[in-house]
Amino acid sequence: MSLTEQQMERYSRHIILEQVGGAGQEKLLASSVLLVGAGGLGAPAALYLAAAGIGTIGVIDGDKVDLSNLQRQIIHHTPDVGQDKVVSAQRKMRAINPDTKVRTYNQRATADNIRHIVADYDFVIDGTDNFPAKFLINDACYFEKIPFSHAGILQFDGQLITVLPGDTTCYRCIFSAPPPANAVPSCSQAGVLGVLAGVIGSLQATEAIKYLLGIGDLLTGTLLTYNALTMEFRKVRLARNPDCPLCGQDPQITELKDYEQVVCDLKDCKC
Amino acid sequence: MNLVVNGKTTNMSDGVTVSQLLIRENVKMPQMVSVELNGQILRRSQYEETTLKEDDKVEFLYFMGGGNVTD
Repeated sequence: MSLTEQQMERYSRHIILEQVGGAGQEKLLASSVLLVGAGGLGAPAALYLAAAGIGTIGVIDGDKVDLSNLQRQIIHHTPDVGQDKVVSAQRKMRAINPDTKVRTYNQRATADNIRHIVADYDFVIDGTDNFPAKFLINDACYFEKIPFSHAGILQFDGQLITVLPGDTTCYRCIFSAPPPANAVPSCSQAGVLGVLAGVIGSLQATEAIKYLLGIGDLLTGTLLTYNALTMEFRKVRLARNPDCPLCGQDPQITELKDYEQVVCDLKDCKC
Repeated sequence: MNLVVNGKTTNMSDGVTVSQLLIRENVKMPQMVSVELNGQILRRSQYEETTLKEDDKVEFLYFMGGGNVTD
């Protein structure tokens, strides 16, 4: 595959980077990334990955755009309220870059569908907002050996780690199972600064692009934490856990499982 | 004795256990925290019995979702 004149111009700021060049840009155009969730984290990741010329971007999300999403989910705009998120996201990515093929999965990620879907991609971005989905993605990517970026955000804090399944620390090495239902933050402890999702989602996209290009140092075995109030970034080294129920010495998890999802609905909450 | 908790040096009385440190550091929901001690993730069952020593490095690692509580 060689770049057209238009592509040479579109990607010129990539191509002039020594670490990318024409060959790197061609690699990106031949790559695929799956976004699980087209929400706060997925939105900036989707926009930057489309702009970067990732050849195929998959988006899986079963939700519709809600007015309360617009504070941070910048891929969705006011007229999109009520629309399927994957359709809204696809339209924006196409408008940014016709080179990018967008595949949509208008469904939730479940134990029945996720493994089959992740297997089609070079890299996965976990942009989900709930713990059952995060464990599902970790396990599916482990069984299919697909690298992924995990991230979480809460209030003013965010964190992310990149996992090369079987080789580097996985989500279950850190957290063996989802938190108990009664421990999930109540409404008064939830909430998130909108721009925080942009920071962390953009960092996830950075990891995807670095992985696809094979450049730089990935956040493997390292949790990067960020606090928007103190503006502190910290790298916490996390070794693989021999007790990990998935990738440890004596694995107990051998197939995917759906965990019950615990929700806190602000609409029912007196906070 | 001095401990390094999430990168910050903190003075604690000798003999403090991981369970006690979670309380002293005002961790409100210990079920939402995983504890790494000197580079190793501890099992939850070890918190009570693990006594910390001078210069131990402790990381409290928090469960974080995606900030969208309605979903």
